[in-house]
Amino acid sequence: MVAYVCAGCGLGDTLDLKQTEKVAQKEGKMQAVKRHDFLCSAEGVQMIQGDIDNDGVTHVMIAACSRRAKTEAFNFPGVAMSRANLREGVLWVVAEGGDHDEVRQEMADDYVRMSCAELKRMKVPAGNPDADTSKRILVVGGGVTGLTAAIEAAETGYDVVLVEKTAALGGWAAKLWKRVPFRQPYADPQPTGVAELIARVVGNSRITVHLNSTIAETAGAPGRFKIKVAQESGAITEETVGAIVQASGFNTYDMAKLPELGGGKPNVVDQAGLETLAVSANGGAIKRADGREVKSVVFVQCAGQRDEEGASGGVHLPYCSGHCCATSIKQAMYFKDANPEVDTVVMFTDLRVPGMAEDFYRSAQQKGVTFTKGKASKVESTDAGCQVHFRDLILDEDASIGADLVVLATGQVPNSGVNIELVEEAEGEKKGAPEAEAAVKPISILNLTYRQGKDLPQLKHGLNDSHFICFPYETRRTGIYAAGPVRRPMDMLQATDDATGATLKAVQAVENAAVGRAAHPRSGDLSYPIVRLEGCTQCKRCTVECPFGAIDEDEKRFPVFNQARCRRCGTCMGACPVRVISFENYSVDTVGMQIKAVDMPDEFSERPRILILACENDAYPALDMAGLSRTEYSAFVRVIPVRCLGSVNTIWVTDALNSGYDGVMMMGCKKGDDYQCHFVKGSELAHYRMSKTDDTLKQLGLEKERVMSFEVAITDSQKVAALINDYAAKIKEIGMSPLKGF
Amino acid sequence: MAKKQYAFYPGCSSQKGASGSNFATSIQLMNEKLDIQLNEIPDWNCCGASIGYGEGSELQRLVLNARNLALAETNLPGQDMVSGCPACWLATREAAERLHKHDNLMTDTNEALKEAGLNFKGTVKARHMVEVLVEDIGFAGMKAPVVKSLDGLKIAGYVGCQTNRPFGIAGESFENPMYLDKMIETVGAEPVAFDQKVTCCGGALAFSEPEKSQKQIKDIVEAAYDNGAELIVTPCQLCQANVEIYQSEINKKKGTSLNMPVMYYSQLLSIAYGGGAKEAGLDGNIIQSAKLLEIAGKS
Amino acid sequence: MSESNKAANTVAAAAVARYRNNFLKEVEERVEDGDMVKMCMQCGVCAGSCPLGPHWEHSPQKIFMMIRAGKRDEVLSSDSMWMCTSCYNCIVRCPRQLPITHIMHGLAHYANRLGMVPKGQPTRDIAKLFWDNLLKTGRVNELKFSLAMYFKDGFVQGIKNALAMQGIGLSLMKAKRLSPMEIIGGHKCKDQSGIQKMIAKAREIEDRRRGALA
Repeated sequence: MVAYVCAGCGLGDTLDLKQTEKVAQKEGKMQAVKRHDFLCSAEGVQMIQGDIDNDGVTHVMIAACSRRAKTEAFNFPGVAMSRANLREGVLWVVAEGGDHDEVRQEMADDYVRMSCAELKRMKVPAGNPDADTSKRILVVGGGVTGLTAAIEAAETGYDVVLVEKTAALGGWAAKLWKRVPFRQPYADPQPTGVAELIARVVGNSRITVHLNSTIAETAGAPGRFKIKVAQESGAITEETVGAIVQASGFNTYDMAKLPELGGGKPNVVDQAGLETLAVSANGGAIKRADGREVKSVVFVQCAGQRDEEGASGGVHLPYCSGHCCATSIKQAMYFKDANPEVDTVVMFTDLRVPGMAEDFYRSAQQKGVTFTKGKASKVESTDAGCQVHFRDLILDEDASIGADLVVLATGQVPNSGVNIELVEEAEGEKKGAPEAEAAVKPISILNLTYRQGKDLPQLKHGLNDSHFICFPYETRRTGIYAAGPVRRPMDMLQATDDATGATLKAVQAVENAAVGRAAHPRSGDLSYPIVRLEGCTQCKRCTVECPFGAIDEDEKRFPVFNQARCRRCGTCMGACPVRVISFENYSVDTVGMQIKAVDMPDEFSERPRILILACENDAYPALDMAGLSRTEYSAFVRVIPVRCLGSVNTIWVTDALNSGYDGVMMMGCKKGDDYQCHFVKGSELAHYRMSKTDDTLKQLGLEKERVMSFEVAITDSQKVAALINDYAAKIKEIGMSPLKGF
Repeated sequence: MAKKQYAFYPGCSSQKGASGSNFATSIQLMNEKLDIQLNEIPDWNCCGASIGYGEGSELQRLVLNARNLALAETNLPGQDMVSGCPACWLATREAAERLHKHDNLMTDTNEALKEAGLNFKGTVKARHMVEVLVEDIGFAGMKAPVVKSLDGLKIAGYVGCQTNRPFGIAGESFENPMYLDKMIETVGAEPVAFDQKVTCCGGALAFSEPEKSQKQIKDIVEAAYDNGAELIVTPCQLCQANVEIYQSEINKKKGTSLNMPVMYYSQLLSIAYGGGAKEAGLDGNIIQSAKLLEIAGKS
Repeated sequence: MSESNKAANTVAAAAVARYRNNFLKEVEERVEDGDMVKMCMQCGVCAGSCPLGPHWEHSPQKIFMMIRAGKRDEVLSSDSMWMCTSCYNCIVRCPRQLPITHIMHGLAHYANRLGMVPKGQPTRDIAKLFWDNLLKTGRVNELKFSLAMYFKDGFVQGIKNALAMQGIGLSLMKAKRLSPMEIIGGHKCKDQSGIQKMIAKAREIEDRRRGALA
């Protein structure tokens, strides 16, 4: 165990490094302490590497900059390493000048003490490679998304199992007459290209296709999923795969739910119905079901969509399906291209044509498609024709148009399987929850054997996603990726991109699983949760709270950790009341000993100590950034980065208060519906657990402000400093903790 | 140095005794100092102005402007056509561009022009006086002849509409063109911030909808006061006339006491280049700026 | 109305009948830059950019919507087009590059030719006076134009108008920017007959082209 102290970046000029070194040696019990003027230089790095190679150093403590800086220089595989953040954490944030020398030095010395304490409890993660993993990829769904995913994976060199529930590949796209253009000049509808896509799949020897098949069971974990593929006949084929791309697509919103817009009446079709008419017209004049040629058509946009909760809304889909405006534009062109004299009206409230479809919209205007900004209130339909009543939103008046045919743009409903949260609720209140039960879709897509439910968790509106912006394709089940309209509503081009992205993720997953590494978001992490089962009380908190369904239960209700499903957030470790879960390099002890290592001034010193447990994903970088911009904050804080607030065990807070800290700040990501937590539930769980510490505080005779949690985003470098200073002022106001020195 | 030659289209308002006659006066000294020679297009006619559309048809208005272009092309070959009036410039440039783009309009136009014994080939470029100053002379060139600095004069640069839209001076933004402010700086004065820089004065509607355009004018003049301006400067004849002339009307109706001088950029340049009040056409202004008169009076 | 104008309007009426309910098509074919109306995307930036915004009955955005909705009479008798100051703000801001100012001018002109402008529309009246004034000599005579404006509503009103504005007139004369000499002769083009023949010819060509469409 050796401490390396850097004197660069002004550390040597401002701090008394002799004193710091003494702390490392005497209190930190380092076997040797070495100083370098420029530790991250080739020479400094060589010094450390030399000690590792020649003197058998296994534990390295670096007192220099933040653990997030110079990660390439300070990269010593095979040794345990801790870092005391003297630059971003002390030098750059404590006010300059001699007045602050004392508190600055105290802060630096404490960080060295903490780093030494952490290091002593750390082990080098050995990793847990599983030589016997599968690198095959299962694709569920044979539409454009699934076909593209299969081709992308196969052409990258991975074997693919493609499962399609119908008798044919191609999905919705195969039923289209034409598609929206993907390329310049974005002027006309294009052939779908689906037949070519299918031919590429069928002709690829790496791809095994199961038609008329569903997934009867998915068991295992990344690298070793065991899949039971059920044929229509009932026959079961077993397949082993390493990762899964779920491309189960969408269904159209049922227009029978829109009787006021003529859904279900003659001469009213949805967009899928219009495609059928166009396919039979085969480029000629489009005819209605009764055989009459259509001379006028009205497209009603947002039919049963964007129906947000309100006075009269909330009945239909709340969201916009994204593709329908461009699809109606395309379909209006079917009419105009066959006969420019056909009256085509697209009735919209907001025309949304993402990407280059704005050019496509212009092209339709050039072709004479009329765009009317209005909201349809009622469609009357007789065998002769339709009358569309609407509110003209520009002229602000009621109006109506006659049409031979009305097309309703009804939008996409994801084929996302069972809503596992509703299942849980329904099971929770067995009787009297018919609504919840009715909303539970009966047909599961994946039939996972996971303790937490059969299908992928849904983010909102039934879509299988975990975060729309930060982690596309990542679901809350490791190694299973959602792509296409099951993830969010989209068109064919977006689905193609989506399939490619998800496939790349699946490839990462199988490669990482083979060497026992985490893929996301702690990519490359070799640590994994180790449980001391003899201490376990079978309380099930870890199995319930794991945001990723990584932990099953055996028949005796002991937790069974599926390491390859784990994302290494430590939520289980934070949950465990008996503290039997740990990682080799991150445990109740590595943090607990840091908390206790701080030198605690007495009650009358007027130097309070505030512990900050900061999420390493957002809050800790924000603190570093505060340093980078030389934003000063109180020198009384001691910051410990944690993997996620979810990993915070309440014992740390209790220990901190018992050892005399005057306050504890927990800094994590935004929680709630639009959460930003990298591990989905971590900050929420932490908040919930801490709400239960009020009793503890009361028992200790402490004010409840002594423990507070805060939301900090990565961009909040100024806010985080302000939070600290405000909190320091508050602590000054309520006074020092009476628990010091016990 | 050889003078730069341009075919000059003065426009109706710049004739002797017309509303923009003092503009015509003020550019003489300016052009002399900048080695610009303007050769008046023989027998030019009215451009139709912005209000001509009511009665004049699309082709009639095109033909009116094509006649001027053809006269310049025939009589002053190889010279860019320059107008001092934005409306003249806009109408001419629009006509030239339209004829260039649409062959059928060119054919029709020439069929009508034949009645006046003319033919237009489409070789003439229609430009504005400000374009000549900014692009051909440049700000350094404009600064060179300055002998009297207009130090300490706070000026609101009022660009208005038609010098700025739809064509404008190349490289300038429609919402906040800077060339007029730079010209103000060139003569040593201080351009004030002016939020009504590109607001419409009401244009020809000053005649037909006086209440509505006087509201515009009031906003413009009051903003100049609010920003500490001592005078307004503009490149447009109609802006100059509307904003200056109607202040007394507004005072009468609204009880205000507006008395803000409104000058042409060319008047500032003239004075900065050593011109007196008469050479700068200051006698043509109804509201005078004492400071400017004083500077003009210095030798 | 002159005989030639009457004849032209008869031709126009015949041509117009062809469009039945399709006013958009009529505008596309008969109004200056009318073919761009269909490209409007109804964002309303024009409506928010017009200096006379508080005064017109229908914004350009609404006019375009009304054209698509076939509201022929309401559009052509609207006062909106006559509120255009030709500031070109709408043109430069339109995200779809519609030449809105031109379309407004074109609609105003078209309404005027069809005789559908409300009686006494002041801008239409002044536009006519202006045009007649400039056609007479080839150049605008500002004094005669001003006098004609004051007297457009009759002699008595004319005297009142002139008296109301005499302060301005006098100060302009003092500044040599309004010349009393203009009443006698004033500025003029030499080739007045050529100009008049040329303008008449232009009208003839246009009628021929529009007639050909009928």
